[in-house]
Amino acid sequence: MTEPRLVQVRQNVLKENDLLARALRDRFRAAGVFVVSLVSSPGSGKTRLLERTLSDLSDQHRVAALVGDLATENDAARLARSGARVQQIVTGTICHLDASMIDRALAGWDLAELDMLFIENVGNLVCPSSYDLGEDLRLVLMSVTEGEDKPRKYPTIFNSADVAVITKIDLAEAVEFDDAAAVASIEAVRPGMPIWRVSAKSGAGMPGFLDALNARVPRVAA
Amino acid sequence: MHELSIALNVIRIAEGEADRIGGRVSAVHLRIGALSGVAREALLFSYDVATADTPLAGSRLVIEEIPVLVYCSRCDTERQLPSPQLFVCPVCQSATPDIRAGRELQVMALEMVS
Repeated sequence: MTEPRLVQVRQNVLKENDLLARALRDRFRAAGVFVVSLVSSPGSGKTRLLERTLSDLSDQHRVAALVGDLATENDAARLARSGARVQQIVTGTICHLDASMIDRALAGWDLAELDMLFIENVGNLVCPSSYDLGEDLRLVLMSVTEGEDKPRKYPTIFNSADVAVITKIDLAEAVEFDDAAAVASIEAVRPGMPIWRVSAKSGAGMPGFLDALNARVPRVAA
Repeated sequence: MHELSIALNVIRIAEGEADRIGGRVSAVHLRIGALSGVAREALLFSYDVATADTPLAGSRLVIEEIPVLVYCSRCDTERQLPSPQLFVCPVCQSATPDIRAGRELQVMALEMVS
């Protein structure tokens, strides 16, 4: 029997996703759409924050959302009440969104009619980290009810996101949330990461959240 | 767990290369970074499941794990982190957000038998 020969390949496993994400990003830029994705564990308040964000932004921007879930269209129904265009992506057994799902969900959309697009990922702090969706800004949410050390448990997702958003701050006192410990945990895995704080329910921090989002939208020269 | 999707991508890449160069794949060499979001054990398991009844059945997946490498501006050099849970220079203890390696998820090479 002959010795096996070693053939060099050097190919990114997610190359197809990365190429498609890049093409999406080019399309979004060309159409002038700012794209924000949200990742978190299930129950951190992605949908609630998005509901409020869509209705609060709808008088300044033309906004829309794609929302990923393993099953049901409940989240899309909730978000659609804001009046924004909303498309559910039901992933079946798949634990994350990928660029091809975004591409398919946008079939038939005229991106020129939009200013901002939000993408709510499947609730999961592991799998979404590997997949570029073509977004401009990725927010990772952690709620005050989850435990301050979550970033240390999931350093990869915190390193794939741009901003950490601490949600449900109206409950902080009731659950004895230790803000300094949460900040230390974020800083440990991602030094210098911007941290925003918000309660979509009480509205606390919402103006600052929306201002911070708006500040990230590139101003296009007329 | 998304390792099954990852394994299917690895298999597609390996089969494509094998078709191009001819021969049978006996092993796939993969590099995974500590920040790739992929777990070694789950990937090995998924690979065996996903290669069954394919031309790659029985082939080995050889995984090289890449630790996080950061640039420490205070030491002006690259440092390897003992763990991705703490982005602090192991020598001078200053915060080190500048990642230089550790996100890899690459098929590096194939072992082919004719």
